Amino acid sequence: MSFYIASSPHHHQRRTTAKLMQLVLFAMLPGFLAQLYFFGWGVIFQLSLAIAVALAAESLCLIARDRAPASGLQDNTAIVTAALLAVSIPPLAPWWVIVIGTLFAIVVVKHLFGGVGHNIFNPAMAGYVLLLISFPVQMTAWMPPTGLASNAPGFIDSLYLFLFQFTNEGFSLEQVRRIDTGSMLDAVVMATPLDHVKTQLSQGATLSEALQHRQFTGFAGAGWQWVNFAYLLGGLLLLQQRVIQWHIPVAMLGALSICAILGSIFAPDLLPGLNIHLFSGATMFAAFFIATDPVSAATSSKGKLIYATLIGVLIYVIRSYGGYPDAVAFAVLLANLCVPVIDQYTRPVTYGHRKEES
Amino acid sequence: MAIDISATSKLWSFPGGIHPPERKAPANMTAIQRFPLPPVLFIPLRQHAGEPGELCVAVGDYVLKGQPLTIPGVDNGLPVHASTSGTITAIQQHPLNHPSGLTGLTLCLEPDGKDAWYPRQPIANIDAISQREVLQHLQAMGIAGLGGAGFPTARKVAGARNIDVLIINGVECEPYIVSDDRLMREHAGEILAGSLLLQKLTSAKQLVIAIEDNKPEAAAAFAAAIHDSNATDTDTTELKGAAAVLKIVPTRYPSGGEKQLIQILTGKQVPVRGLPADIGILMQNVGTAFAVARAIHHGEPLLERVVTITGEAVHQPGTAWALLGTPIEYLLAQSGFRAQEKKQRVIMGGPMMGFTVTNLQIPVIKTTNCILAPSQKELAPAEAEMACIRCGACEIACPASLLPQQLQWLAKAKDYDGLKQHNLADCIECGACAYVCPSQIPLVQYYRQAKAEIREQAIEQQKAEIARQRFEARQARLEREKEERLAKHKKAAEARKAAQAAQAARQTESSTDGEQDPVKAALARVKAKKAQQDRGVEPAKSEQKDAVAAAVARAKAKKAERDANAESTPATTEKKDAVAAAVARAKAKKAERERLAKLEAENIGDSENKQNATNNKGNENS
Ligand code: SF4
Ligand code: SF4
Repeated sequence: MSFYIASSPHHHQRRTTAKLMQLVLFAMLPGFLAQLYFFGWGVIFQLSLAIAVALAAESLCLIARDRAPASGLQDNTAIVTAALLAVSIPPLAPWWVIVIGTLFAIVVVKHLFGGVGHNIFNPAMAGYVLLLISFPVQMTAWMPPTGLASNAPGFIDSLYLFLFQFTNEGFSLEQVRRIDTGSMLDAVVMATPLDHVKTQLSQGATLSEALQHRQFTGFAGAGWQWVNFAYLLGGLLLLQQRVIQWHIPVAMLGALSICAILGSIFAPDLLPGLNIHLFSGATMFAAFFIATDPVSAATSSKGKLIYATLIGVLIYVIRSYGGYPDAVAFAVLLANLCVPVIDQYTRPVTYGHRKEES
Repeated sequence: MAIDISATSKLWSFPGGIHPPERKAPANMTAIQRFPLPPVLFIPLRQHAGEPGELCVAVGDYVLKGQPLTIPGVDNGLPVHASTSGTITAIQQHPLNHPSGLTGLTLCLEPDGKDAWYPRQPIANIDAISQREVLQHLQAMGIAGLGGAGFPTARKVAGARNIDVLIINGVECEPYIVSDDRLMREHAGEILAGSLLLQKLTSAKQLVIAIEDNKPEAAAAFAAAIHDSNATDTDTTELKGAAAVLKIVPTRYPSGGEKQLIQILTGKQVPVRGLPADIGILMQNVGTAFAVARAIHHGEPLLERVVTITGEAVHQPGTAWALLGTPIEYLLAQSGFRAQEKKQRVIMGGPMMGFTVTNLQIPVIKTTNCILAPSQKELAPAEAEMACIRCGACEIACPASLLPQQLQWLAKAKDYDGLKQHNLADCIECGACAYVCPSQIPLVQYYRQAKAEIREQAIEQQKAEIARQRFEARQARLEREKEERLAKHKKAAEARKAAQAAQAARQTESSTDGEQDPVKAALARVKAKKAQQDRGVEPAKSEQKDAVAAAVARAKAKKAERDANAESTPATTEKKDAVAAAVARAKAKKAERERLAKLEAENIGDSENKQNATNNKGNENS
């Protein structure tokens, strides 16, 4: 009989990184389906292309870095990065947008910094910011949610738009994005709720005037509020499965809520309220799927609270006073930068090193 | 602030910890068995910390159960005993029960099946003798901690002063292991008795027995034992369980760790590089308390212990009383062990902290609590290590509040200073971090390696330091010897000079001398004569000048003698003067010679002594 030699512990939680990532992907499903429902087929094209590009880029990077691509691909982290980026960009953005974004995220942000575990920035958000700065037009061209669009493109039209920026019949994305306001003259290009509010407020309108717009049918904008709910659902699943800890979502949403409430108290007519902040834009997605990225977040529990609070406050500040309607990506990247400092100052006190207060 | 624990006092918590599947059943469902005597016992001379004792038996000797086989050495180690009666068939190198897999000198004992006892000496009343004598008895009985590293109990007790709380640890938090659980269920009374004895020995104000809440039967047995002990009205020993507090702690690995249990019960932490005794706490395992009771009340040395034999490769998992020295193969065979896989894993200890063995002939020792033979299915081998994703799961799990993830980076980078800064030394190797790590990083293995490397480095440094000291000591010695040599020469030269000066001074002095007594003159004459004879006998080594002076003196002395003989009347002043001068010269000569000889002898002796002294010093250093 020969013996199997191993080092203790001999027991492991059967929870590999690969499985954790699978769970993350699974938890994204509700949000993904909501996006599919409200914003059309585009998100599927984005996702497929992003994953393909990400896997190819990951393999090439691993080969270039002398690692076995098979073992590196197994951890599923590239797929998660691709998925996070794919659902963040407008569904009918041209194909090369997602290709550039994914390549940047995998090659530059992840592998040039040393591969999985070594990247300072959240790859998906870094990719998103690159795209937003480089292609502001394409990156803000969100479709109006289903029900508001005058002629929502079907599967084929969407594919055409994705690949060639024109539908089969030759309509441009601009034309497709118009919403039916009753009269042809009034047909305007649809903006996202946050964008709309921001534009209106900057033009001197009050919040209540801005919210008169017909897209604010629910409490935070048609479509968007349900997408946020769906991601909240997925996030709760992650919490329940202990894939993530509560610290980051709670601190981030808490900080954002407190800021929003204070804002509404002091400038009720000039600053969007709690409902808009929490359920519009990418708030829930960020709280459960972006900020919780373990690699680029702070390590200790205390550190995570600080890190996520910072994100929450930054989101509020940039949304309210910055030049961009949404702020998740910027806020996360800025907080990523602070992680080394946060980690340094939140080191737990080792057992026995505590100064006894006697 | 003194610690006060009552049945209702609050329980604290420790950070981190994990909840691995407990898998205590089915091993905990059957009573502790007693297998037939094994065909051979392997008793290593060294079972515990410290140097092995001196053998006091030889091959072929017949020994009785409980007979000491070694005499502890100078460092107050523990003797080892014959676990049963039989013949010593060999004393040879044999694999040790140690992660290193090394061999060590081992007694092979072939039982004769009689299990005949060596005379036992119980202590009827521990109040009748001093604490020191009781501790000596415990040491002679080979009592050591059965829960941890096997530290001699007597030494642990002797070293502890001002103990507030004696904690009897029955937590047994590691999965699979049920030895203490069964022992508590079946022998709670004796464990309590042993605990009370220990309380008496340590003068602890309080006695606390801690059990994890997944062992309700053991807790009930203890509660009953405490009740019984209070009910029986024996005033002979005054050992009552009234003060014993039973504390049930929540199940969480590693709550049974000494430091963690102290934190749970008292909220305090053992200071770094300190001992529990520093905060008034002493902890003993339930098995140790049991052994103490057997040793004092029955005079039985520690010869056997409860071992859990479990895992899916074992058909009748359970617990057994195993004689120390029993090869684990025998215990496995008795439990229906069948290797299930090509590569069977046999773990000494539990799944979290145990080590895999490579030889089934290794013996049961005092710290052997479990033999685990799992199937690949129940404890799957570690998968390939993946990159750390900085998820922080390890940090959340770490009971010592370390940063396992950071330690891992540092260990891989061999940054020993960084590791020290991150308190690697405080890692208790509990394995909680590696258990939760999703990237399957064998974190503990990295830490162990790094610790070993740091230890080696420290030893190297120490060696270098000793070499440096030795070199410096040698330099200093050479320097000193040189100085001493110089000093000796100088002294000799000075002495010579002084002598010459004295001679010269005396010459001038004597020339101014006043009148002399005829008796004195006569004496001087005799002396001069003697001096003259001496002079003749001794080889003339003096300088020419001296010889000349001596000749002159001799002539003068002769003349003076003649004069003195010729005239009985007091000599004239000149004559007297001449005689006196001669006498003085002769005296000075002799004195000088003597002094020089003495000086020489002294100097040689002295420097020899010094030489020896420095040599000794050199030896001490080396
Ligand atoms: S093995 Fe060390 S670092 Fe890991 S959890 Fe235990 S004490 Fe912490
Ligand atoms: S648990 Fe493993 S992967 Fe997670 S931070 Fe710790 S070492 Fe890295």
